[in-house]
Amino acid sequence: MTPAPQPVLQVENLSKSYPVGRGLFRQGKAVVRALHPVSLSVLPGETLGIVGESGCGKTTLARMLVGLLPPSTGTIEIDGRPFDTRDRRVSSQQIQYVFQDPISSLNPRKTIRQTMEVPLKVLFGLDRAGRQRRLSEVFEAVNLRPEFLDRYPHEFSGGQAQRIGIARALLAKPKIIVLDEPVSALDVSVQAQVLNLLADLRAEHGLTYLFISHDLAVVEAVSDRVAVLYFGAVVEIGPAERIFAAPSHPYTRLLAASAPAIGRPLVRRDGAGAELPDPLNPPPGCAFAQRCPKVSGRCRAETPQLRATGENQLAACHHPDPA
Amino acid sequence: MRLFLALLFRNRLAGFGAVVLALVVVLCLIVPLLPLAEPNAIDTADKFLPPFSPGHPLGTDHLGRDLLSRLLWGTRLSLAVGTCAAMAAAFSGTLLGVTAGYFGGRIDNILMRLVDMLMAFPYILLALAIVAALGPGILNALIAVAAVNVPFFARNIRGISAGLTAREFIDAARLSGQGHARIIVTELLPNVLPVIVVAVSTTVGWMVLETAGLSFLGLGSQPPQADLGSMLGEARAAFLTAPHVMMVPGAMIFLIVMSINLLGDGLRDALDPRLRSGALARPEPVTRIAREVVPPARSVTPGLLELEGLETRFQIGARVYRAVNGVSLSLARGECVGLVGESGSGKSVTALSVMGLVASPPGVITGGAVRLAGVDLLSLPYRGLRALRGRRVAYIFQDPLSTLHPLYRVGDQMIEAIRVHRNIPVAEARAICLDLLRIVRIPNPESRLAAYPHELSGGMRQRVGIAMALVNDPEVIIADEPTTALDVTVQAQVLALLDGLRRDRGLSILFITHDFGVVGQLCDRVAVMYAGRIVEEGPTAAILAAPAHPYTRRLIESVPEPGGGKRRLISIPGLPPAVDRLPPGCAFAPRCHRAQPACRQGEIELTRSGTRALRCLFPEEVPQ
Repeated sequence: MTPAPQPVLQVENLSKSYPVGRGLFRQGKAVVRALHPVSLSVLPGETLGIVGESGCGKTTLARMLVGLLPPSTGTIEIDGRPFDTRDRRVSSQQIQYVFQDPISSLNPRKTIRQTMEVPLKVLFGLDRAGRQRRLSEVFEAVNLRPEFLDRYPHEFSGGQAQRIGIARALLAKPKIIVLDEPVSALDVSVQAQVLNLLADLRAEHGLTYLFISHDLAVVEAVSDRVAVLYFGAVVEIGPAERIFAAPSHPYTRLLAASAPAIGRPLVRRDGAGAELPDPLNPPPGCAFAQRCPKVSGRCRAETPQLRATGENQLAACHHPDPA
Repeated sequence: MRLFLALLFRNRLAGFGAVVLALVVVLCLIVPLLPLAEPNAIDTADKFLPPFSPGHPLGTDHLGRDLLSRLLWGTRLSLAVGTCAAMAAAFSGTLLGVTAGYFGGRIDNILMRLVDMLMAFPYILLALAIVAALGPGILNALIAVAAVNVPFFARNIRGISAGLTAREFIDAARLSGQGHARIIVTELLPNVLPVIVVAVSTTVGWMVLETAGLSFLGLGSQPPQADLGSMLGEARAAFLTAPHVMMVPGAMIFLIVMSINLLGDGLRDALDPRLRSGALARPEPVTRIAREVVPPARSVTPGLLELEGLETRFQIGARVYRAVNGVSLSLARGECVGLVGESGSGKSVTALSVMGLVASPPGVITGGAVRLAGVDLLSLPYRGLRALRGRRVAYIFQDPLSTLHPLYRVGDQMIEAIRVHRNIPVAEARAICLDLLRIVRIPNPESRLAAYPHELSGGMRQRVGIAMALVNDPEVIIADEPTTALDVTVQAQVLALLDGLRRDRGLSILFITHDFGVVGQLCDRVAVMYAGRIVEEGPTAAILAAPAHPYTRRLIESVPEPGGGKRRLISIPGLPPAVDRLPPGCAFAPRCHRAQPACRQGEIELTRSGTRALRCLFPEEVPQ
């Protein structure tokens, strides 16, 4: 038996909370928890999907992973070493980020070449010829024509701009790429192009992905494992092919049943229970309790922890369905 | 650059200001070359000569100095000081503003409170205090004027920088390994620059005026050196006996400040991208209609809402975008028809054209007819159309946050929507609203009526949007991507709600979406649009089971279905065409796997067989 591979990314108890009502010299008392402590580990070459609805904390998690947001608690380790964003020249080569809105992540007053040359200069100190070589290489990898380099961001369609965003992440030669809703701004026909491109790049460059999306059909199609977030906490995590086919957590079940699918009849549900709890005044116990069909007294008193419900499948529920 | 000049001179007053200012500046630059009298040469024998005296075209002052010469040298000095002060204020203000805006948090707080302290003094008092501390003199006046104007720049630029720093391209720059200084200089500053230019151009005039004020009080330029303010100050004593001595510099100050302000306004309009894209042009209340051929009236139509050969175009400059290119569609009573397409396919423009809601300019309806129960809506006068908007045909839009007015309570907006069409008491209208909020299943409807739109969640807002569409009991609802902005669990509820309403009230719904999954759940019939045309139409179940148009088939296949596990997805190669450069023949041909040479030439008609219609020469084989 071979030893288990070392995770490339290890996250322990990562959380983010924001003080509210803070002044210049006064520290606020109230705290909003955007993300409850989360622990994750990702193996090299794996794609971990992170799915959740608006306000579940998925973008907060993503921004902490790439160092755009300092975590309130917890640690991030990459390749067994603590992730340190103080030297961007090192951290940029470990983990990169692809933004949801490809156009707004490009400086409107710079040509694509001006934007793309920056990491090559700052990170690798390449000369002009070296930069040109690397740019053509990466542009070819994402199927973009080299003449696009001298255009401005507003001249591109969403799909092209997202390829540019991916190309920019690739330039830094990272091990891990965090993709934050990379296709949600794209049309369906273009979305599939970009997803397939991402799959090819992963195989070619040995990349590890964290794929964040609200669309579980998309997440399932690209991921090896999926984590489901609800109200700032991981409620279920498991293999992609199992998690929606045999969900353990009632919220995962609701998500899977709500996805509009061709040929699936419309299920009429009661309208009242679609609201998230008030983040300033979260209820005790399970955050999903007020929407849950299996709720019991214990759910409203005690916050459930992640527990194994099947092979490699964990759910934070007091009354999980067997996976 | 040419566009910029054209925009600038489109504003006549700005053009006038630019010309006057250019003349003054040129005159000031060539002053040393002009054959002028020595500005400080005193000749008390010739004091207070009137204008047009020999040798002194503008006369002389109380010491017999030539006014023309003093005026030109003085203008030169005043303009130079004003411009330098504006530059200095802009530079320090930008430094403060960009630093505060970029770093935010405590640095922002401290810097801005310092700026607030500067602002708390009346500016002239502050300027006087600075000059008093430094001593009189033109250089110190410059420093004082610059210092009191720093807060204006700092606050302006801090706001812009803070907004830009929150944008993703700044995050992206951080991730590409750049340091703070580099990000500020290469990423932030180029985007702030237009604002700085506009702020400088509108404040130079103000600065000239303020320096003149200090000199007038004797704190700026010292005798015998002339600037406009000191000339005014010296002439004050003889104001009644020799008014021309004061009027000459006064007129020059007026000319300079006026021309700079006019030019500054013009610059602001020309540089503001929002104004450039035509925000100044107010759209008309109804889409402009310019039909060459008006289709003959038909009093009996099979459907409740009929579109016949609808054509809507956008004319932007020399380009004509054919957004909707001959769309015919019929919606029966109680029916739900899905209009499916990708962005840019013309589906939303089709929907907006029905009630003349496409913004004009640039939108024009150039052909076809829209009939509601046999009446051509495009032939109706504005009043007639307005009486129908919201009454018989109502819209639900994608983002209820942008369609609800943020400053009015939800209830007041709903009541207004009722009372526009029906003259009933407020209490009665309120009762209708409460009823509807219950129907769309909003908990505590009484308290929600008093809520503002931002106090509701996205799902709740869309329910309010639906309730608002229902207030006048319309026959047709046009829903433009009503669930796209919502989470999936909320989307499922809103769809179920719409479906229930249709069945309970016999509503006809035109449902516009890009999502075939949603269409399959809600719509009886579906029409697929591509590049402004309907390419396939028919009963939803039949089309989903056996799409005949290659585009429809590929579009359905490219929607990943849950439950399929990790896999390669089917995609359509290429991109949709731009509707201002449509290829001849089938617009989908360049992306189509079944395209033949015949597809790329001539018109391809929408042919109808039974319940289905198709615009394709080589359709997919439909299994019988």
